Amino acid sequence: MKQLRAIIQRLIHSDAQADRVVPPSGFTAQLTLFAAGAMAFLAVFALAMSLAAGRLATQWAEELARSATIRIAAPAEQQQAQTDAALRILETTKGVAQARALSNEEQAALLAPWFGAELQLDALPVPRLIEVIETSEGMDAAGLRLRLAAEVPGAVLDDHSRWREPLVKAASRLRMLGWASILLIAAVTAAMVTLAANAALAANAQVVAVLRLVGATDDYIAHAFIRRFTLRALIGAAAGMVLGMIAVLFMPRGGDETASFLTGLGFQGAHWLMPLLIPPLAAAVAFAATRLAARRTLEGLS
Amino acid sequence: MKLCYGALLPTAGHVRLFDRDVRTLTRDDVALLRRRVGVVHQDCQFLDHLPVSENIALPLHVSGRSAEAQGEDLGDLMHWVGLTERAAALPPELSGGERQRAALARAVIMSPDVVLADEPTGNVDWDMSQRLLRLLIELNRMGKTVLVATHDLSLIRATKAHVQARVLRIANRRIQLAGADL
Repeated sequence: MKQLRAIIQRLIHSDAQADRVVPPSGFTAQLTLFAAGAMAFLAVFALAMSLAAGRLATQWAEELARSATIRIAAPAEQQQAQTDAALRILETTKGVAQARALSNEEQAALLAPWFGAELQLDALPVPRLIEVIETSEGMDAAGLRLRLAAEVPGAVLDDHSRWREPLVKAASRLRMLGWASILLIAAVTAAMVTLAANAALAANAQVVAVLRLVGATDDYIAHAFIRRFTLRALIGAAAGMVLGMIAVLFMPRGGDETASFLTGLGFQGAHWLMPLLIPPLAAAVAFAATRLAARRTLEGLS
Repeated sequence: MKLCYGALLPTAGHVRLFDRDVRTLTRDDVALLRRRVGVVHQDCQFLDHLPVSENIALPLHVSGRSAEAQGEDLGDLMHWVGLTERAAALPPELSGGERQRAALARAVIMSPDVVLADEPTGNVDWDMSQRLLRLLIELNRMGKTVLVATHDLSLIRATKAHVQARVLRIANRRIQLAGADL
């Protein structure tokens, strides 16, 4: 911790002469600024996507986990009796907060996209649906299935797990991909800064030789480059982060449930603070990359 | 010469600098050692983007000493090498002789124990070589060890006329004591 504090203090406190020993270089400065800015911009989006996917995964898992459906597929004359029997069982089932049979109108509305609004349910052998809302503790789906099998032969319990799991898995995978993207962005930033630092060291070979000749330690020489690249990465990443956050802020909101993934791609609450970590992280990556590049180069010199 | 300030390591035999075998020195040890050895090259290099005065004061800065605190000494040193008027000039603007004198000033600003001059008069005319020689002799009279490598026999003769200089000749890859035959 002390060492980290010393490093940060040394980076912050400007030594005018030490800063001047390396001439202000051209393209490496712009390259570092641009690369850090672009990567921070992308990192903001990757972070937003990852957090949004995480929210969706949690939301889907919670919402779907709390609901189930019982389908009563019985001959028309037995359907009402089996529905009533199923509802009685549900009333005494632990973990069921609410259970009700859908009305004819509700079932017709569910089928309307396929059969049209004029559908007469009496003309079709449509099973009766019972919507089950679970308590937060949840119900014993396996036990309920056994009871239904014994007392309501036409009942089929669907606890949504069959199609809930892929959705939740997809959202979780998307969240992981978001974090993987952030790691890749950090790696690319490190590679770009390393390239720029190597170019700067090569372009300043004479400066390095003179400094070694007059007794400068590797640490002194490396620091002259490290400070410069770290600050450039910090400034570039800060600019990229601000632009990225503005872009996320102005993303369209609202829409129906189908579009909620795209329109919900943003930050919520305290998550707006998370992008603020990007510039210091970019600076840390630049610090490590430049330090490594400088050490490697200097060790090859006399 | 490079063996004498740790720029090269011996492939055979031993080189000891200030009682330490150069093979045992770390890179930081070499850097610290160079603060005790002033080096003047034939093609002396500078930081071309810094003025001459800052180039001369560079060893002070890299060793953590305040150049401002030594401002008076720096002024005296620049006067000694005759570069007071050129303090603000950039190294590419200097003549060959001025560069050599600036390099000599940079080499002695840390008050080193030893001054190494590798062909210091190689790129300058006769008058300038005599001027540089006088500066080196003055340094020697101030108690500094001065080691000069040169092909210029007239420089050696001129030096021996002023100080008790030991002359070593390298022939057939071996150091020989030359002395009277020069």
